[in-house]
Amino acid sequence: MQADVIVIGAGIVGAACAHALAQAGQQVLVLDAGVGGATGAGMGHLVVMDDNPAELALSRHSLALWRSLVPRMADDCAFSPCGTLWVAADDAEMVAAEEKQQRLGQHGIDCRLLSANQLATAEPALRPGLAGALEVTGDGIVYAPNAARWLLGDGGSNIHIEAAEVVAIEAGHVRLADGTQRRAPQILLANGIHATALCPELPIRPKKGHLLITDRYPGTVHHQLVELGYITSAHHAEGPSVAFNLQPRPTGQLLIGSSRQFDTTDMAVEAPMVAQMLQRALRYIPALGDLNAIRSWTGLRAATPDSLPLLGRHPWREGLWLAVGHEGLGVTTATGTAQLLAELMTGAAPAFDPTPYAAERFTATATA
Amino acid sequence: MKKTETVALRINGQTLSVRAGTSVAAALRIAGSADMGTARRSVLGQARAPFCGMGICHECRVDIDGRRRLACQTRCEDGMVVETSA
Ligand SMILES: Cc1cc2nc3c(=O)[nH]c(=O)nc-3n(C[C@H](O)[C@H](O)[C@H](O)COP(=O)(O)OP(=O)(O)OC[C@H]3O[C@@H](n4cnc5c(N)ncnc54)[C@H](O)[C@@H]3O)c2cc1C
Ligand code: FES
Repeated sequence: MQADVIVIGAGIVGAACAHALAQAGQQVLVLDAGVGGATGAGMGHLVVMDDNPAELALSRHSLALWRSLVPRMADDCAFSPCGTLWVAADDAEMVAAEEKQQRLGQHGIDCRLLSANQLATAEPALRPGLAGALEVTGDGIVYAPNAARWLLGDGGSNIHIEAAEVVAIEAGHVRLADGTQRRAPQILLANGIHATALCPELPIRPKKGHLLITDRYPGTVHHQLVELGYITSAHHAEGPSVAFNLQPRPTGQLLIGSSRQFDTTDMAVEAPMVAQMLQRALRYIPALGDLNAIRSWTGLRAATPDSLPLLGRHPWREGLWLAVGHEGLGVTTATGTAQLLAELMTGAAPAFDPTPYAAERFTATATA
Repeated sequence: MKKTETVALRINGQTLSVRAGTSVAAALRIAGSADMGTARRSVLGQARAPFCGMGICHECRVDIDGRRRLACQTRCEDGMVVETSA
């Protein structure tokens, strides 16, 4: 096979890019080292985020693309259109909920405010005394490792997959650990947190996260629940932080997050972080204390200085494209990422403005 | 030391008397000779029974007095209510 594009990495981002490129008629060779990554470790919440206009544009387009894939997706991708409840603990957070509703509403995203009573009816497991919530009905969840596998398979004969570790990227080809080379006119880097091993110049830092999953308790919670304080507490903090984030799995299990720690690559589960995370969760759902947890694990998010991914051409390496740095939102934004990259790489007009995600935003200041 | 002390518990509605100190996992086996002491069902509906006996594998999860517990790590008590297929 003569590949048009080599994709490095078969996590959710690489798989979605390969899928979009295959649909655009490209012959795609996907190389994956099998070292695993964030796709197998994350929560798989498909969520519109609006910390800034670029994040909103990317996540909003991505959600629409996910919804278009869902009818064809395999059952084991475990998609559920559960929606998100952004839970407001007090009046100040309720004001934040109203502002969020206005921002999302302006972009045509279905959402509605729930009063304290409506919230108690929607999610009786939440403690009394919360102020209310913003319900975003179009959000959902997916089991990302299976979605990645499904996307690669759905690419049909245009996608070829090889188990191989790339050790160097050179003009027009990549070098593999076994000493052989693979050639293609275009190469797309989509290997998540491992990107800096091949491109040390990229501004990506690990941001460790803990998750914990319970035994099956069907019907306890119905929506993905996220505390509104999350927006301020977790997203912008430099030190370790936790936020209440809870997902009802289709099996009836509850997936509980989340924690954030910078600059450690130690994958060990840290009991103090888990304890802090669970204490936070108990403040919202006291009855969690009676449930049985069965597993806890960690993953590394690939974070950029402004929390937006690096999408598009590498600033100076010929023929190299980037789809890395998706931080805590890469499952959601995989589809929008893929659409944008496939359009840029085939010379089509991009569906939305790609400039906020271009890696030049960092190199420009570095060389100025 | 009382050698013959027994406790009575209910497993899926059936009353069972066992020697004091017996684990719930052992009680499941005593009660369920027909199903090899099944504790629960997997997501795909397969039977699961106590396996490691030491709190590691979590295959022995059952509801004990309304809470999901490890049968191998819990001693039978008088009046205890155990439900399998959790
Ligand atoms: C705790 C936690 C919770 C999260 N929750 C959510 C959430 O709710 N919603 C959401 O949208 N996102 C979430 N995320 C983020 C999301 O999981 C990631 O952004 C996403 O999975 C990144 O996918 P990826 O394909 O870029 O990278 P990865 O999944 O890391 O995949 C990289 C792939 O590259 C391969 N690879 C690495 N090096 C090489 C090499 N040299 N040669 C060949 N192959 C190589 C690896 O084997 C791997 O398969 C979460 C992340 C964490 C850690
Ligand atoms: S039998 Fe393994 S944990 Fe109980």
